[in-house]
Amino acid sequence: MADVSITVDGKKVTAPAGTLLIEACKSAGIEVPAFCYYPGLSVQGACRMCLVRIEKMPKLQTACTVPITDGMVVTTDTPEVVQARKATVEILLGNHPLDCPVCDAGGECELQDMTFTYGAAESQYMEAKQHEPEQQWSPVVFFDRPRCILCYRCVRVCGEGMDVWALGVQNRGVTSIIAPNQQDHLECEECGMCIDICPVGALTSGAYRYKTRPWEMNHVGTICTHCGDGCKTTLGVRRSKGGMEIVRGDNRDKSGINGDFLCIKGRYAFDFANSEDRITQPLLRREGRLVPVSWEQAIDHVATRFKEVRDAQGGNAIGVIGSNRTTNEENYLLQKFARSVLGTNNIDHHRTADYPGFAKAIAGKQNITATLRDTMTAPAVLLIGSDPTEQHPLLAWNLRTNLRIHNGRIYIVNSRDVKLRRQARAFARVPGDGGESSFVRYLAGQDNGRQLESGELSRDALTKFRDQLNDEKELIVIFGSELRGDDISVLVNWGSSRGAKFICLGDYANSRGAADMGLYPDLLPGYTALDRGSRFTEEYGGAAQAVRGLDIGGMFNAAANGKLGALYVVGSNPIARYNVNPFTLSKTFVVVQDMFLTETATTAEVVLPAANAYEKGGSFTNTYGDVQMLRKAADVAGVRPDFELIVRIADRMGADVRKLVPFGKGLRADMGQSRGAQAGEADRHLVWLAARNLEPKLSPFDPEALLDEIQRLVPGYNVSRLQLFSGNEVHTFAPEQSSLTAASSPESIVPANDTLFTSGTLGRYSNTLNSVIENRRAAPAESEIPAD
Amino acid sequence: MQYSPQLEQRFQKLVSQYPWKRSALIPLLLYAQDEVGYLSDEVIADIAKRVELTELEVRNVISYYSLLRTRPAGKFVVQVCTNISCMLRGAEEVFEHCERRLGVGHKQVTKDGTFSLEEVECIGACSWAPAVQVNYDFHLNVTPETMNKLLDDYQNKTRQ
Repeated sequence: MADVSITVDGKKVTAPAGTLLIEACKSAGIEVPAFCYYPGLSVQGACRMCLVRIEKMPKLQTACTVPITDGMVVTTDTPEVVQARKATVEILLGNHPLDCPVCDAGGECELQDMTFTYGAAESQYMEAKQHEPEQQWSPVVFFDRPRCILCYRCVRVCGEGMDVWALGVQNRGVTSIIAPNQQDHLECEECGMCIDICPVGALTSGAYRYKTRPWEMNHVGTICTHCGDGCKTTLGVRRSKGGMEIVRGDNRDKSGINGDFLCIKGRYAFDFANSEDRITQPLLRREGRLVPVSWEQAIDHVATRFKEVRDAQGGNAIGVIGSNRTTNEENYLLQKFARSVLGTNNIDHHRTADYPGFAKAIAGKQNITATLRDTMTAPAVLLIGSDPTEQHPLLAWNLRTNLRIHNGRIYIVNSRDVKLRRQARAFARVPGDGGESSFVRYLAGQDNGRQLESGELSRDALTKFRDQLNDEKELIVIFGSELRGDDISVLVNWGSSRGAKFICLGDYANSRGAADMGLYPDLLPGYTALDRGSRFTEEYGGAAQAVRGLDIGGMFNAAANGKLGALYVVGSNPIARYNVNPFTLSKTFVVVQDMFLTETATTAEVVLPAANAYEKGGSFTNTYGDVQMLRKAADVAGVRPDFELIVRIADRMGADVRKLVPFGKGLRADMGQSRGAQAGEADRHLVWLAARNLEPKLSPFDPEALLDEIQRLVPGYNVSRLQLFSGNEVHTFAPEQSSLTAASSPESIVPANDTLFTSGTLGRYSNTLNSVIENRRAAPAESEIPAD
Repeated sequence: MQYSPQLEQRFQKLVSQYPWKRSALIPLLLYAQDEVGYLSDEVIADIAKRVELTELEVRNVISYYSLLRTRPAGKFVVQVCTNISCMLRGAEEVFEHCERRLGVGHKQVTKDGTFSLEEVECIGACSWAPAVQVNYDFHLNVTPETMNKLLDDYQNKTRQ
């Protein structure tokens, strides 16, 4: 819309017509206080805090409801406005308990801040405050009614933002209250958005309440370790007897890819890290039992046995299984260690999406992938398969927001009645077994679509659906693991000629990173075929070979035939995931690095206690290809990052660690102390690094030394360090810059099928997620969440 | 939820009458309350489905209006206005008399379920204050004595 100019406090402000006055003021650096106004949600006009004087209007106006018009003259700092704000705060405080010293929000409460800034020093109210006891609405949501100032932010974010509509307003006037959908409890997605958006301490979190005060924590913004979306979660950590304990997760700085959003996992499911079941000592099997030993003994044992197997039976008698939740640096290091030190291509991970198939389909194309941010603003989105509400909550949030704010057109193809269909312009319900695949072929004109027709999808509806898609000029196509191999190629061929961009959905926090970093028996990092990987093999030295290794299935077959001498499992639980008989591994030397004694760990000869993603630095690539830095938040005594463990095993095996991790190249330890004007000053660089829990690349345990190599060698990863280190996400291009021509085997893909309340092994050890699931079982739910 | 055929027909007509189904919500609630006596969980669930709202939204609306109730009332709902005109002409005595006679207070129901008593805001009969409304019937210029007789009449109606 055309720009209009207004005058605010004598300052000229120009903004597009239709901008709300409060936003226009903000853009000019003039603060108009408000409680109920929240950018991105509908206008409420409830709190009266944003009153300003607009010339020629009879009374004070609420700046959050008035769109600016040309020539408007506004004042926000006159005694009249100051007095109005004072009176508003006084009324809001009329029934608000002054229990700030025990309130969770104390110290980061908008009402506190506003009272200090705009409120009066004393109140003229003499009436007794009404007290109501607090209520528990769900395992994670508590409501303290008297603290509520009725801004209705929670109601709107739950309805408009989450499309859950679990909160409402009952009664009217001064007796209004916020009410949950089941009269005395909530049945919802438990995202905690209502708690986060509450300007006071009326809605509080079951996980955090009465545990600590905001100023007693350190706040570390890092990347969530649950699903493949890569939200930034700010972890509040506090010193505890075992190190640094995570007490809270939220998104208080809102600087992440996820903006305002976090789901239950990012907000509450950090508690697996504090689980009592964590292993904190290396364990070695002696006389059939796992007993604690020292790190030296454990590492020494692993290295000796790996060396024995390698030297006696050759590298191909060793298998390596990597993780979907270790960092890019760790994944890269693991495959480099396998290929150069162990001398094998027997490396794989739990595959949840056909990234190699995606790479093959888009190799060499430009402008072919979309970022996660793009999904919020794209004019049109086609979603095939997956259920983002359960598996990619941020993507679902982005699609809902896209429709609400940008009028995006969303097309959905699915075999189930996914919740997002409520936002869909068109929804095609396809048959359950291979329906998505048939749809793609129908779309591309390879198939008449006869088997797609059903009572729920008529021929006419199907034709119309295809015509609508063909008319879309700027389309983002998002697909789940339902599409694999040739399906993806067919889809890409159809879409790329129309300028569409693509997103391939995988399940875990760093599934994409594991794929990009080459945890495949037939692919080097960046989806590089073994016979084209000279740039890697040259660096890795002679030990690396060009023969395709074994995938997970192959490794277990080899183990069953007695041909697998050793198996190195890093952060994975293949025995449970692939339903393998544990006795298969009885003749194999098994080493497991994990947080918990999983089914796989209990079969191991050595178990090494590993740190999780919240306890280390490094980088994650989300399923959209956006790479982000992790920052170390928590600390548990006794555990080590996988990176360190791999390096120490390699070192003990006699490998040249400097070749494995190019640390300390040409760097001296003097980083400023002796230089001219800076002499004598504390080493700023070192301080900066320490503040971020990083080490200068003087240490072989510094993942950043390997990030250098990843950026240099992995196609599509040469991204801006400045952006990355500022805490922003940066899009990478590994699949499209690959040179892949033959596909990897897509049949070994096993989707995680997590729901909002499960998260693989981590979910099993999260009390919060389990309590929500328990709570659902206790209350007869209207419709069960699909178990898949 | 089973309503009388007349009401069912009325509901279907109401729902189809507006561009947005939710516009029919308040009439649906009122008619249902008249027939069922109050808005039970069952009625709320049924009406929510008819107008395509969540049950919570229906409850939000019900709680806004004091005329709509979610608990059973007596057969005769005695509503005594105590706003300014009625108050000046002795409504409080009338209300207190009802309390004594019926043995219940504001928003309460007698044990036999015949009467419920309510103190209400203006019912628009100020010229004949004090005014009392029983179900949909108005009774004007009420005094404790006439109130007594009125209650007797209603009591007798239940016996017939």
